[in-house]
Amino acid sequence: MSVIYGLWLRELKRYVRSRAQIVASLGQPLLYLLVLGFGLGPVFQKAGQGNYVQFVAPGIIAMTVLFSSVFSGMGLLWDRQFGFLKETLVAPVPRIQVMLGRTLGAAAVAVFQGLLVAAVCFIAGFRPVDIKALPLVLLLMGLIACLFAALGTAIGSVIENIQGFQLVMNFLVLPIFFLSGALYPLNNLPKVLGVITSLDPLAYGVDGLRTILIGMSHFGLAADVSVLVLVATAFLVLGSYLFSKIQV
Amino acid sequence: MIQVENLVKKFGEFTAVDHISFHVAPGEIFAFLGPNGAGKTTTIKMLTTLLRPTGGTLEIDGLDPNEHPNEVRKRFGIVFQDPSLDGDMTGYENMELHAIFYHVPRKLRPERVEKLLRLFELWDRRKDQVKLFSGGMKRRLEIARGLLHTPKILFLDEPTLGLDPQTRNQLWTHVKHLNQTEGVTVFLTTHYMDEADRVAHRIAIIDHGKIVAQGTPEELKQQTGANSLEEAFLALTGSAIRDEAATSADQLRQVAKMWGNRR
Repeated sequence: MSVIYGLWLRELKRYVRSRAQIVASLGQPLLYLLVLGFGLGPVFQKAGQGNYVQFVAPGIIAMTVLFSSVFSGMGLLWDRQFGFLKETLVAPVPRIQVMLGRTLGAAAVAVFQGLLVAAVCFIAGFRPVDIKALPLVLLLMGLIACLFAALGTAIGSVIENIQGFQLVMNFLVLPIFFLSGALYPLNNLPKVLGVITSLDPLAYGVDGLRTILIGMSHFGLAADVSVLVLVATAFLVLGSYLFSKIQV
Repeated sequence: MIQVENLVKKFGEFTAVDHISFHVAPGEIFAFLGPNGAGKTTTIKMLTTLLRPTGGTLEIDGLDPNEHPNEVRKRFGIVFQDPSLDGDMTGYENMELHAIFYHVPRKLRPERVEKLLRLFELWDRRKDQVKLFSGGMKRRLEIARGLLHTPKILFLDEPTLGLDPQTRNQLWTHVKHLNQTEGVTVFLTTHYMDEADRVAHRIAIIDHGKIVAQGTPEELKQQTGANSLEEAFLALTGSAIRDEAATSADQLRQVAKMWGNRR
């Protein structure tokens, strides 16, 4: 147990110490929020969909959690590069504990980062319908974070060099983000896009956040949470398996 | 303590370790010598559960590392040839995490960490992030960390590379002490023949993935009619300077492992 805690704490310490990275990782969400939020706002309003900042903020929060958790999970690649991975792999502890410690640490970092962006959204004018729902928001962010941190760990276990990172970014993480409905409503989508969207786990995360934060739902909260729990479990199992097979 | 029979490791077409066999008795200090790229580190990686062999059998304290990786991991400690520290963490934190990994009882941790950090003159810098350390300090921290717990077998892969004579001396004194008082079996690789001569009970010389000679330092000298171990080594492995064979081998591994080939 203390192994999981030790590695979890390590992720948090590393995060807190990389101040430049914290600031840098706020840049992208801010850009989306301000440029899209205020740029597309008038069009969105004219189309009769209401306030776009209000609509897009849950999507931006979900995006932050997605990016942060996948990349923290893939921090494995840096540990491989700098050698620390070996130290954890020869340690006389079950590798599943090592995997869980890293992954839960990455998830915690992602949730924290999500909260930071939520605060920024609030400053930019976003107002949730019910502030009492905060624990539920945290739960959903936690689920999204665990899901994608486990995915990041799984990917980090399979690819071996940092060059592969760009590949993952362009062909996995960005599509997951753009197809999730973070930036547009899922109602009345073209059929093909609708089907693809329903296969994107982040779509359920965004939908869940939107349900709680602005009372607008597509799949229904029960479906959102069920899908997230299921996929997160599957990825944790997959990630643990691939991590246990790493050779260096 | 260590039994190796016909061990083979191939990376694609490249054979890094080619049917080697050797035994290390409990309480023995066994040195593995060889030029760059001879297969030393690959062998250590297979012994320490980091790589799966292509063929042959391995036993550590009667256990197969592939069948019982976790049981085997409980039995050894290792100092790697290349860095394995966490640069974002402080020296103390690196030690602490290692103590957690190796189940050093919580009460003993502070005392042991302090003792080793002082021994390798790192105590004053314990609160600095490791990425701010010099090369020699990092190396010393790796060694101090490797000695935090007392394993049955201690693997030392080129532990003294890039160290000053004082630290080298400190290390070997400590290792010999562990061997004599705790009966720790030591498996080491080194480039420095005088070190092997000084500490090792037995030596195996590996070249191009094959063991070319085995025996006590005296036996090796007699066998080759050489005056020093260095001469014996050159007589056995040739005096031509090698390309850094490890580099191309590493590349081959990368390619082979990146696209499938995982078992």
